[in-house]
Amino acid sequence: MAKSIDVSDLNIYYGDFLAVEGVNMTIKARSVTAFIGPSGCGKSTFLRSLNRMHEVIPGARVEGKVVVDGQSLYDPTIDPVAVRRQIGMVFQRPNPFPTMSIYDNVLAGNRLNSKRMRKSEADAIVEKSLQGANLWNEVKDRLDKPGMGLSGGQQQRLCIARAIAVEPQVLLMDEPCSALDPISTSAIEDLIHELKSSYTIVIVTHNMQQAARVSDDTGFFNLRAAGKPGQLVEFNPTKKMFTNPDNESTEAYISGRFG
Amino acid sequence: MATTEPTGVIDTETSTKRGDAVFAGLARSAGILIMVALAGVGIFLLVEGAPAISASGEQAYGKDNIVLFVWPLLYGTLLAALIAMIIATPLAVGVALVISHYAPRRVARSLGYLIDLLAAVPSVVYGLWGRAVLAPAILPVYQWLSETLGWLPFFEGPATTGRTILTASIVLAVMALPIITAICREVFAQTPRMHEEAALALGATRWEMIRMTVFPYARSGVISAVMLGLGRALGETMAVAMVLSVSGLVTINLVSGQNPSTIAANIALNFGNASGTKINVLIFSGLVLFVVSFAVNFLGRWIASRGQVKA
Amino acid sequence: MTDLQTPEAPQLPAATLSLTRPQLPRWAPLLAGVVSLGVGGLVALIAGWGLVPVAIVAWVVFFVGLPAWSAAVEGRRASIDRLVTTVAWTTFGLAMIPLVSLVYEVIGNGHSAISWAFFNNSMRGVLGEGGGIYHAILGTVIITACATVISVPIGVLAAIYLVEYGKKNRLARTITFLVDVMTGIPSIVAGLFAFALFTLIFGPGVRFGIGGAIALSVLMIPIVVRATEEMLKLVPDELREASYALGVPKWRTIVKVVLPTALGGIITGVTLAIARVAGETAPLLIIVGTTTSVNLNPFDGRMATLPVFIFSSVTTGGRYEAFNTERAWGAALVLVAIVMLLNLLARFIGAIFAPKTGR
Repeated sequence: MAKSIDVSDLNIYYGDFLAVEGVNMTIKARSVTAFIGPSGCGKSTFLRSLNRMHEVIPGARVEGKVVVDGQSLYDPTIDPVAVRRQIGMVFQRPNPFPTMSIYDNVLAGNRLNSKRMRKSEADAIVEKSLQGANLWNEVKDRLDKPGMGLSGGQQQRLCIARAIAVEPQVLLMDEPCSALDPISTSAIEDLIHELKSSYTIVIVTHNMQQAARVSDDTGFFNLRAAGKPGQLVEFNPTKKMFTNPDNESTEAYISGRFG
Repeated sequence: MATTEPTGVIDTETSTKRGDAVFAGLARSAGILIMVALAGVGIFLLVEGAPAISASGEQAYGKDNIVLFVWPLLYGTLLAALIAMIIATPLAVGVALVISHYAPRRVARSLGYLIDLLAAVPSVVYGLWGRAVLAPAILPVYQWLSETLGWLPFFEGPATTGRTILTASIVLAVMALPIITAICREVFAQTPRMHEEAALALGATRWEMIRMTVFPYARSGVISAVMLGLGRALGETMAVAMVLSVSGLVTINLVSGQNPSTIAANIALNFGNASGTKINVLIFSGLVLFVVSFAVNFLGRWIASRGQVKA
Repeated sequence: MTDLQTPEAPQLPAATLSLTRPQLPRWAPLLAGVVSLGVGGLVALIAGWGLVPVAIVAWVVFFVGLPAWSAAVEGRRASIDRLVTTVAWTTFGLAMIPLVSLVYEVIGNGHSAISWAFFNNSMRGVLGEGGGIYHAILGTVIITACATVISVPIGVLAAIYLVEYGKKNRLARTITFLVDVMTGIPSIVAGLFAFALFTLIFGPGVRFGIGGAIALSVLMIPIVVRATEEMLKLVPDELREASYALGVPKWRTIVKVVLPTALGGIITGVTLAIARVAGETAPLLIIVGTTTSVNLNPFDGRMATLPVFIFSSVTTGGRYEAFNTERAWGAALVLVAIVMLLNLLARFIGAIFAPKTGR
C-alpha cells in the first residue's frame, strides 16, 4: 500500500525566484524520512512539492520529476486533487476545521469522495482513524464536540486522524510538533513510529534530536549563501548522518546544535 | 520648589502641558461633536416632524392620518429594498468569490477596481440610466413575464411601462452591489490560509474548499454585509424617484404601472412644492426612514462586530 | 494499534495508485466557449435574433455543456467545480453589464451636448435650445468645498482622538460605533436634518448653499474619520516612542510626526469622500433647491448644482423635454467625469504615498 517516491532534478520556484534547486533523492516506502536544515532553506517548500500543495500559492511552479509508483506527479495527465488525496499532509500548526465536530473533522476527506456513507461505515472509519492517531480513548465520549476545543497536541493528532482516514499512500508532515509542548511531542513521535509500518512518512523538523529519534533516513538542506536557492546537501541513513556525515557542513550544522 | 531652576524650563513644561491639554480637548470635542450631530439628526427631525402627528386630510396628502400616509410609503421602501437584496446578494457573493478566490491575483485587483467604479457613479446618474435606458429595455421582459407567469401575483401586470418597482429594485441592487461585494471580499480573503490548505491537502476541489472553509468562516460577515447593503437600498432616493412611475398603491404586483412609492423618493418629489404642515408630514416620514435604516445598520454592525470577536 | 490495512477498503486494481483521472484538456473551457458562441451565432442566422438573445443562448449552451462534458469525462466532483466556476464568473459578468451600459449611454448621449457654450452659460432665461451648466458647476464646487472645509478638520481631529487619545475607552468605542452607523444615514435624511435645523433658526422656507454643505458634512465626516483612523493606525508605535524619547510633547508628536506620516492616506480618503458627496443629490434638493442663474453666495438663496440640475431637467417634462434631456445627459457626463477623475486622483495619491508609509 505504501509507496516510494523518486525525486530527480527538482527545481522549485516562487514566480521568478528559484527557492530550491536540483534535488535528487529516493524516499523509501514504509520508512520515516526526515528533512533538517536552517530556516528558509526550502525544506518545507520541497515537502509541499511532493503532493502538489506548492502550486496553491500564486505564481509558484516546479520543474523536474517527482515519481510515485511509476507516475510522474507533474505530468499533465495527473490530477492534483487525486494526488493530494493519495499523499496526505499534516501542517505545522494544528488546523482542524473550526466549524466541524471531532467526528466530522475525521470524516472531512471521506465525505468529499463518497456522497453517501452508511452510518456504521462512517463510525468504523472514525474509530479506526482516531485509534490510528492514538486519540480514540481521549475523545470517544465527545465526538460531537467541536475539534477546536481540544488541546494543541490533541488537535494535531486529530489532524493526523483526518489525514489517515482517507487511507493515503504517503503522509507528509511539516514540522508537526513545532507548536506543541514536550509531552504532546512525544505522543506524536510515538505515533509516527507506529504509522511507519503502514505508511511512507516524510517529516520536516527543526529539532535534530527528533530527526535522530524518529527517522530512518535524513536529508540535510542548506542555502549556499543568503539569497541563493536552497539545495539538498546530504541524504543518508539517519545513523550515518548523525555519527559520520559525508559533508562538512552537515557535520558543522549537527554538531553546532548538539555542541 | 524653592530651587534655583531656570524659570524657562518650567515655562516650557507648563506650555507643553497647556498645548497637550488644548489639543486633546480639540480632538475630544470633535469626537463629541459627531455624537451630538447624530443625536441632532434625530432631535431636529423629531421637533420638526412632531406637528405631523395631528395632520389629516389635505395636509396629509389626502390621507386621514399620518399612519395611513406613511404606511404605503414604508411598504414601498421595504419592498423595493428587499427585492434589491434578493437580486444583489447572490451576485455580490459570486463577484466577491471571483475577486478573492477565482481570478488570478493580478487580474483580481483590476476587477476590484471595476466594482469600485460601480460605487463611484452618483445616484442621480443611476436614476437617469434606469429611467432612460433600463426601463425601456426591460419592458419586453415584463410583458413576457405578465403573459406567461401572470397567474403569479408578482407578475400580474399589465406591463405597460418599464418604470416599475422591479426596475427600481434592479437599480437599487446595482447600487448596493459594490458595498456588499467589498465587505464579502474582505471576509472571504480573511479565511485562514491554514484551513484552506487543510481542505486542499485532503483532496478537495476549489469549490469544495470554499464550501468547507470559506463559507462557514464568512457567514456572519456576509449577513452583516447584506444588512449594510439593505441600509443603503432603504435610504436611496434619486434612483427610485427618477425611475418609478408612482401611484401610491400597496401591491405586490411588480411589473405594472401602479407602484407604491418609497419614503425617500416621495420626499424628493414633493418637498419642493410642500408648504406648511405638509413639510412636517414629509419630515415625519423622513424620521421613520431614519429610524428604520438606523436599526438595520445598527443590526448589521452588531452582527459584524460579534463575528469579529469569534474569529 | 489497529491494523490499517484491513482489507475492508477494496483496493484499486493491483493496488496501483490512481493519480491519473481522465481530465478535460486545459483548453476545454475555451473550446466550449467557442462552440457556445457558434451555436448562438447559428441561432441568430436561422431565427434572425438580435445580440441579447444570442448571448443568452450561447451562455446557456456553455453553462450546460461544459459541466455535462466534465461530468462525462471527469466525474461528478470536477463537474460541480466547473459549474460553480462558471456561475461565479457569470455573476461578475452580470455585475459588469450595468457599468458598461451606463458608461456607454452616458458618453453616447452626453457628448453631443458638450460644447464650449455648455460650460460657459447658465440657464438664465433659457427654455429650449442652448443654455449650459456654468451655474451648476460653480454651485457644486462651492458647496462641496464648503462641506470639505467643515468636514476635514472635524473628521481628522475626531480620528486623532479615537486613535491617539481614546485608546478604546468607552467614549471612543461609542464614537467609533456611531461613526459606523452614521455612514448608513440616508442622504435625504441628512438633507431633512439641515432643513429642520435651519427652519428652527431662520424660520420656514429657508434655502441656501451652506445648508447643503452642512447636510453633505453629515455624510462626509464619517468617511473622513474612517479613512484617517485606518491611516493613523498604520503609523508604527516606534515612531511615536522615538519622538517621545526626544522629549517632544504628545500634541507636537502627533502634528509633526504622526500626521505627516499618514498624510498620503488621509488625502486619499478625503478625495474619495469628496468624490462621494459631489454626486449627492437628495440633500441638496431639500435644502439648497435649484435656480437657473449663477449664485456665488452660499449664504444667500438657492444655488444650482450638477446633480440637482440633472434631476430637475429630467423630471420637468413639458414641451422642451428633448432639450432638457439632452442637457441632463451632458451634465451627467460632466458629473461622472468629475467623480471618476477624483477617484483616479485618489488612487494616484494613494499609490504615490503608499511606499513611503511602508505599512
